[in-house]
Amino acid sequence: MQPQPLITVSNLTMAYGSFILQQDLNFTIRKGDIFVIMGDSGCGKSTLLRLMIGLKEPAAGSIHFHDTNFWDASEEQRNRIMRQCGILYQSSALFSSMTLAENVALPLRQHSNLAQSEIAELVSLKLRLVGLAGFDQFYPSEISGGMKKRAALARAIALDPEILFFDEPSAGLDPISASLLDNLILELRDSLKATIVLVTHDLASIFAIGSNSIFLDAESRTMIASGAPQTLLETTKNHKVKQFLTRGGTL
Amino acid sequence: MQATYSLENTAAPNENGTIEVKSTGADLCLHFAGRWAIGSLFPPFLEIRPLLPDTIKSISFNTTHLQTWDSRFLIILNDISEYAVKNDITLIVEGLPSGVQRLMVLSSASPEKAPVKPEEKSPSFLETVGNKTAHLIEDCSEILSFTGKISLSYFRLFSGKAQFLRSDFLYFLEECGPSALPIVSLISVLVGVILAFVGAVQLQLFGAEIYIANLVGLGMTREMGAMMAAIIMAGRTGAAFAAQLGTMQVNEEIDALQTMGIDPVDFLVLPRLSALLIMMPLLALWADLLGIGGGFLIAALTLDISIVEYYNQTINAVVLRHFGVGLFKAIIFGYLVAFSGCLRGMQCGRSASAVGTAATSAVVTAIVMIVVSDAVMTVIFKILKI
Repeated sequence: MQPQPLITVSNLTMAYGSFILQQDLNFTIRKGDIFVIMGDSGCGKSTLLRLMIGLKEPAAGSIHFHDTNFWDASEEQRNRIMRQCGILYQSSALFSSMTLAENVALPLRQHSNLAQSEIAELVSLKLRLVGLAGFDQFYPSEISGGMKKRAALARAIALDPEILFFDEPSAGLDPISASLLDNLILELRDSLKATIVLVTHDLASIFAIGSNSIFLDAESRTMIASGAPQTLLETTKNHKVKQFLTRGGTL
Repeated sequence: MQATYSLENTAAPNENGTIEVKSTGADLCLHFAGRWAIGSLFPPFLEIRPLLPDTIKSISFNTTHLQTWDSRFLIILNDISEYAVKNDITLIVEGLPSGVQRLMVLSSASPEKAPVKPEEKSPSFLETVGNKTAHLIEDCSEILSFTGKISLSYFRLFSGKAQFLRSDFLYFLEECGPSALPIVSLISVLVGVILAFVGAVQLQLFGAEIYIANLVGLGMTREMGAMMAAIIMAGRTGAAFAAQLGTMQVNEEIDALQTMGIDPVDFLVLPRLSALLIMMPLLALWADLLGIGGGFLIAALTLDISIVEYYNQTINAVVLRHFGVGLFKAIIFGYLVAFSGCLRGMQCGRSASAVGTAATSAVVTAIVMIVVSDAVMTVIFKILKI
């Protein structure tokens, strides 16, 4: 039996003004998936993520979280949905004027009525989970790029979200840090029972952790493939998808 | 032998987390039930600890009736774990949900080694004075060095070696001129109105209302036209220059120019500086005329002075030399505004907050330089009887 659908995207069209970026997107993300959004540069992967996290409205179509149509829902319902989502941005997006502890504490202060001491304990736990114990009082400018990503991950999981969105998590990281981050994502998925939506170009990550995927094409402006990355690699007849998954044929 | 203790929150039974402690000799089993998550009530570790005598040998867990858990549950388990380690008690985690077990392992995995952060101590008064003085000297030396770079850059420009984009120059000409006209117009008219109002009250006492035209005319042409236009441009254009160059610094665009063998001062500073040097006297002239117009409005409305009288009085009072003084000051102010904006932009750090600091610093530097240079020039013109 398949796990229940968590996010259902139906007939979605993304556009900037009159320019249509992608159209007729239909896919389902199920509970426990590590869902990878792939595609060539400029195809709209990050825009699709922005639509799913409520930063941009679709030109047409719908995005359902469980049974709620996100863009038809009331402000309160949307906020409730967003509280169930943790987001790791490509640039980490840590607040530079705050320490790592303050960055991680921010969503807890905003969305819970926990006592200060409990928030401090939770912040310390989250930083320990991502391997940054002892870095509580450091500022983002004082740590490396890989550590920033992990600190941003600690902030993303602060409220124990049901869904985690990652935009190019391994961009700018060395292979060792990228692989550590992949393992951490897997570990968090298994232990927090979270569902993960991932936008990435990184083939190593795609094959290491992806359980389901879609491929967006910039040329035809729609989705041209879907399925588990390994299955796609073995079965796809589409030349572009094959080329992407084999790094232009070098794999 | 079995002893049982239980601890429950009764405020909202359905939303509660409860714990029951069952001991068999030296072995203790903690039975968790209900909700142990953010938003539910459950006993804190301080209330659980008295139920854990330090004579026990092991602690195990039963979570059969545990409905929901999140990180708050982990915090309690972490406290229990620390207590067990401290009292040499064996912790048997098999009864915990698999996710909890994995997270416990993850949170206790060897962490990244955090470097010791140097303790920040507040400097003494003498240290502060010393630091500020050293910073001031360094800033002065950077101002001199940047002035030198600009001079060399102009030398290269006049010898045909400097390069910048013509389109950039035209864009900055428009930004520093026509785009700034509405705000400069508004402020100039209002400054003329204010000067006339202030003068009218005093001059009426002596029956010398007609001299309002002298006051406004001389005030605008020699001082206020150029100065107000410069202060507007410092807030508008100087800050924009600093923010543009600061952002380029953050995005490593200036590094890219340097590695391509293009002098950033030639490419980025020259078009901005030249545009403002050209436009600033024109803006000042416009400000002079509108300020005189503003003064006339007050003279006509409150002092019954006709347009012909006001015009004749202004023509008699303001001669070309006064415009010359104002225009000369405008060129100097234009240079100082562009200089401050470009200097602070080029000095900008590599973070987003540094861009904000650069923009603020550019405005402050420009305004201080404008006022100081105006005072110096006024004294010099007085001595030279210009």
